[in-house]
Amino acid sequence: MRIRTLAVGLLVGGLALTACGKEGTPTDKPAEGQTGNAATLPEYVVAQNVDVAGSAAFAKAKGAKKITIGVKDDQPGLGKKDATTGQYSGFDIEIARMVAASLGFGKDQIEYKAIPSANREQAITNGDVAYYVGTYTINDKRKAQISFAGPYFQAGQDLLIRADDTSITSKDTLKGKKVCSVTGSTPIQNVRTQKLTEDANIVEFQGYSQCVDKLLTKDVDAVTTDDAILKGFAAQDKSAMKVIGQPFTKEPYGIGLGHDDKALRDKINDTLQKALDDGTWQKIYDATLGKSGSTATKPTLEKY
Amino acid sequence: MNVLLDNLDLFGPFFLTTIELFALAAVGSLIFGTFLAMLRVSPVPVFRAFGTAYVTIVRNTPLTLVFLFMVFAFPLLKVVKLDYFTAAVVALTVYTSAFICEVVRSGINTVPVGQAEAARALGLTFTQILGQIVLPQALRSVVPPLISTLIALLKNTTIAAGFSVAEAGAIRQYLSERGENQLVGLLWVALGFIILVSVLSVVQRSLEKRWSVAR
Repeated sequence: MRIRTLAVGLLVGGLALTACGKEGTPTDKPAEGQTGNAATLPEYVVAQNVDVAGSAAFAKAKGAKKITIGVKDDQPGLGKKDATTGQYSGFDIEIARMVAASLGFGKDQIEYKAIPSANREQAITNGDVAYYVGTYTINDKRKAQISFAGPYFQAGQDLLIRADDTSITSKDTLKGKKVCSVTGSTPIQNVRTQKLTEDANIVEFQGYSQCVDKLLTKDVDAVTTDDAILKGFAAQDKSAMKVIGQPFTKEPYGIGLGHDDKALRDKINDTLQKALDDGTWQKIYDATLGKSGSTATKPTLEKY
Repeated sequence: MNVLLDNLDLFGPFFLTTIELFALAAVGSLIFGTFLAMLRVSPVPVFRAFGTAYVTIVRNTPLTLVFLFMVFAFPLLKVVKLDYFTAAVVALTVYTSAFICEVVRSGINTVPVGQAEAARALGLTFTQILGQIVLPQALRSVVPPLISTLIALLKNTTIAAGFSVAEAGAIRQYLSERGENQLVGLLWVALGFIILVSVLSVVQRSLEKRWSVAR
């Protein structure tokens, strides 16, 4: 008897709590520096009767009447999944959406797949995604396994530090400081090979957010990776963190796709060129990463 | 083969760290686990309750959470500052001890009660009964499950890769950034673990042979 009373009580309490949660969800007012303000984002015209001859990825997507795009889901301002609504937003997401529209796939025909950095080549070669948009630096090693359209953005490795820290001013002042980045990532390998700090001071976690967490608790002194990613984090809490603003590498972001898919690559390059020329690219930037207050220069496409 | 040979600078030190992690955590959890088992069979109710509570809580917590606690929550308590390697050893020890404890306890249950009673009749203390009569026999009868738990510990060390310890579990991420074929890399990592586990299996077989108890 007592158990039944308890169960009923829990059920009623639970229902009441979930009802409370539903009321006034904070999703309808976008926070400062966050994406999601649909008014300023450009609308993309969904192309009709598109055909990309000779592209297996495109044929597969057309047959399925939906396109699967690989993205990141943990990078504010670039590719971020809202935990409450499940909506993706950010600069990379808008580029992905724009390309999908030019291929004839509307908003409701896109399926996003969050794929972490280490699995990207595998996902593309396996054909799990038609293409991948997510802070993907174009380099020759990767070109051997997959190919790139773009670049659609020019980033560079930079440092995120606490706002009140005056001891770190550039990459050359990192000696004796604890530096954090993602396990095995290129930025942290740069730090190691260029001996910017001692090996014992290198900290590696699975995600940048864990590094940021450690930065705020003063267990590490700097988080390093591409400035675009760091700006997204700095924009979340401007009073606590800042980006130094002296990028010391060049990281051109490209759209990753299958190695032999020249047809799709040319098609995407055309779409990007058009967006750079007619101001759509600038609009996307202003409505996403631009909200952090920094400007960006347009990239130049490398067609190959 | 190239993936292995070109990246020996990864495979070598990273697997060495794995072995170090395993060895330290294995010794730690064998000692602490046996101690917990002693608590669980002790005549003092408070000790028994503590042992039971520890095993219930830790055995039902995913190892990743134990790691998360050691790396992200524990430093906030400002007790001692642990480096990430030590934190990983502690997390693995805390977790594996609970399993070792239950293995050892099941071994203690295989020793006939009459032996403990006979020992008590001779005037031995609780520590003497456990340390000289019961535990030696108990450990002999649980060699296979004990080694199984240690094999699980060996594979669990890969979780440390996510918490700033450069060991075998992190090799794949490094290979990915170097543009190497990850599937081939993973096969080499798997082979490395097969070799390590085989060593443990050989140890198990030889211990079983040497320690077999005639009943």
